[in-house]
Amino acid sequence: MKTDKETNWTEKYETILGEVPFTTSSFRDQQRLIVAPRELLRVLELLKANAGMDMLIDITAVDYLEMEGSTDRFEVVYCLLNTESGERLVVLTHLNEPDLKLPSVNALWRAADWLEREVYDMFGIVFEGHPNFKRLLLPQEFSSFPLRKDYPMRGRGERHNFPVITRANS
Amino acid sequence: MPLELLAPATEDESRRDGLWTLNFGPQHPATHTTLRLVLQLDGELVLDAEPDIGFLHSGFEKLAEELDFNQYVTIVDRMNYISPLANEIAWHHAVEKLVGIELTPRCRYLRTILAELMRISDHLLCTGACMLDVGGVTGFMYFFNERERIYEICEKASGQRFHTSYTRVGGMLYDVTDDWLKMVSEFIERFAAAHKDVSRLVLKNRIFVERAAGVGVLDRESAINGGATGPVARASGVARDLRRDEPYLAYDDLDFDVICSQSGDCFARFQVRMLEMLESVKIVQQCLQKLPTGPIFAAGTGKESMPDKRVVYQSIEGLIHHFESVMPNRQMAVPRESIYAATEAPNGELGFYLVSDGSFKSYRARTRPPSLLHFALFQQMIRGCMLSDVVAVLGSLNIIAAELDR
Amino acid sequence: MAEKVSQLGDNILLTKLDAAANWARKNSLWPMPFATACCGIELMASAASRHDLSRFGSEVMRFSPRQCDLMIVAGRVVMKMLPVMQRIWLQMPEPKWCISMGACACSGGVFDTYAVVQGVDRFIPVDIYIPGCPPRPEQLIRAVMDLQVKIQSGGTLLASEFASRDQPEGPARFDAPELYRIRVRDELKLSDQDYNPKH
Repeated sequence: MKTDKETNWTEKYETILGEVPFTTSSFRDQQRLIVAPRELLRVLELLKANAGMDMLIDITAVDYLEMEGSTDRFEVVYCLLNTESGERLVVLTHLNEPDLKLPSVNALWRAADWLEREVYDMFGIVFEGHPNFKRLLLPQEFSSFPLRKDYPMRGRGERHNFPVITRANS
Repeated sequence: MPLELLAPATEDESRRDGLWTLNFGPQHPATHTTLRLVLQLDGELVLDAEPDIGFLHSGFEKLAEELDFNQYVTIVDRMNYISPLANEIAWHHAVEKLVGIELTPRCRYLRTILAELMRISDHLLCTGACMLDVGGVTGFMYFFNERERIYEICEKASGQRFHTSYTRVGGMLYDVTDDWLKMVSEFIERFAAAHKDVSRLVLKNRIFVERAAGVGVLDRESAINGGATGPVARASGVARDLRRDEPYLAYDDLDFDVICSQSGDCFARFQVRMLEMLESVKIVQQCLQKLPTGPIFAAGTGKESMPDKRVVYQSIEGLIHHFESVMPNRQMAVPRESIYAATEAPNGELGFYLVSDGSFKSYRARTRPPSLLHFALFQQMIRGCMLSDVVAVLGSLNIIAAELDR
Repeated sequence: MAEKVSQLGDNILLTKLDAAANWARKNSLWPMPFATACCGIELMASAASRHDLSRFGSEVMRFSPRQCDLMIVAGRVVMKMLPVMQRIWLQMPEPKWCISMGACACSGGVFDTYAVVQGVDRFIPVDIYIPGCPPRPEQLIRAVMDLQVKIQSGGTLLASEFASRDQPEGPARFDAPELYRIRVRDELKLSDQDYNPKH
């Protein structure tokens, strides 16, 4: 049973997104759209053009490997903001191995540049069409994706894999 | 002053010979901490700059998955380490929104005072270091003296001068004393004089103004498109302040102005920060007048908030309450939901995206660091400037590496 | 001749060359502030107006390693930064000393994660450790004074006291639990001493 307020905001996005299929959910003041990965770029384009979502606040991902009852492995989160009205919206999409690919939204918001690279760095999700796609925070030769749940917190010995300098040879 | 961009090297082959690459950082005094820039230069003119970050990536977000909501506050402290309490307040703001805790009025006002003191402290270091980078040591020394006073205030409240770890879910570690309030009001009274001293030193100082005015311009459109928030966005004419637009804590009851500028250059950012300090002083004064009495921990008998320390030490109920709020298998259940919550930290919008699996620690706690998005804009801002402008632009953006890399 | 010497009277001071060198060195330590994180702000505070490190002769912060003889590692060092730190340490001229400032630089502190080096003394020699997260400026000043005592008591003119320190002085690169985790993962024998894990 939807409340009036909830119906209002979902209806608004139904008109904006037209025939693109999506589902909605909300928690406290948070409004969320859940879309399929292949519709993502179109949805974000429509939201930017027609809902005035001119600022991309954040892109992040969640690894649901250890969450009980979850069906999809990765969830990519886009937090959007309309700077005129102050309205916020979260767009979610779900990905599963081995198909970890999403279109880059770099052309829509410049802010996506580093945010997408960071998501790749930490989760290994590839953003296609990104102009300069490589790791952001970790060394380029690093081969794991540390924020995945199957990566141990203390790492796999990478942190100590360096030569030792003694006092006599320095 | 920025010059017109020269034609790209591909069009004019003779120009290409003169280009050179300069490695700036990661250990360079003007980066303050650890950033690296690979600059493409034509003589002194910066044609391109590629930032390379991650020299301080320490796995904060992985640690957040191991520590519970109260423990992780010690780690968020170390994120933007020139205003630690602002991070704590942002973190617990997100947690309290997820759990659904309503703070007591006294706690809201206390946190507002602390948040504003941290804003002053952050802006003092940022503006001071900006002056230092372009060659003015005096302002930095004046401002550091004021920062020491803020440290003393933090120490008096929490016992630690730097990383206070002072907030808890639903409240604060201790209530403050009347002495402390007196200390804050004394600081506020004396601060205006120091601020005036430095303002007179720099704001009309031709050497400083010419180093900063017109340099590193960020226009309104790119500020919005690039996700800039806080003073950086406000200096470019984006009149957005979460304290006013999405009021949290006690900001609803307080009267203050949102400082904006139109020009979007280094000098505008410097001025916005200088004036915001005075607004913060206004806010703290109002809070001190209105500060309500009462408990600092949210009411309700639930396990979400820690009990008062006096109750813990003097009664068995308090001890049980404390025990239940810290033992992993006895802690309260949290809604299995996700939420994004943000506060206006000194540097911009500091948000946390929390995912909970029902236990008292986060399944995933993503930090939305303002510095990351500001530094991503650096490349665009520096093109066409001179080499010596790099430090001025870096100083005005206030990039904090620990927050940038986490 | 004897008369001339006696005329000089109190104006002559006899000492060892080593002691004179030590005296000069200890009172003009030029720090290389390798400031990465929070401790860097306290390092700035120690050099700024209230605490004023220059009272102890070491306020001349030089950002070029070629001009320094004291490296202050202030803040956590992560795996991307460690090669940079080692290179800076190697570029500093002899004699040189190192202060490891703060819990993160000494032992990794609260950051027991995949990216943070668990103590810089595993990779470069350290002379003085300062505990605290971050240490107060007074503690840094105390460390500088302790280092002055160390230099005065053990230094030589040609810095030959360093030649005997040819073994790594900190803990082993991989401590036992970490090595065990790595080897279990890679299904290696625990007796294999020369194992070098890859990324």
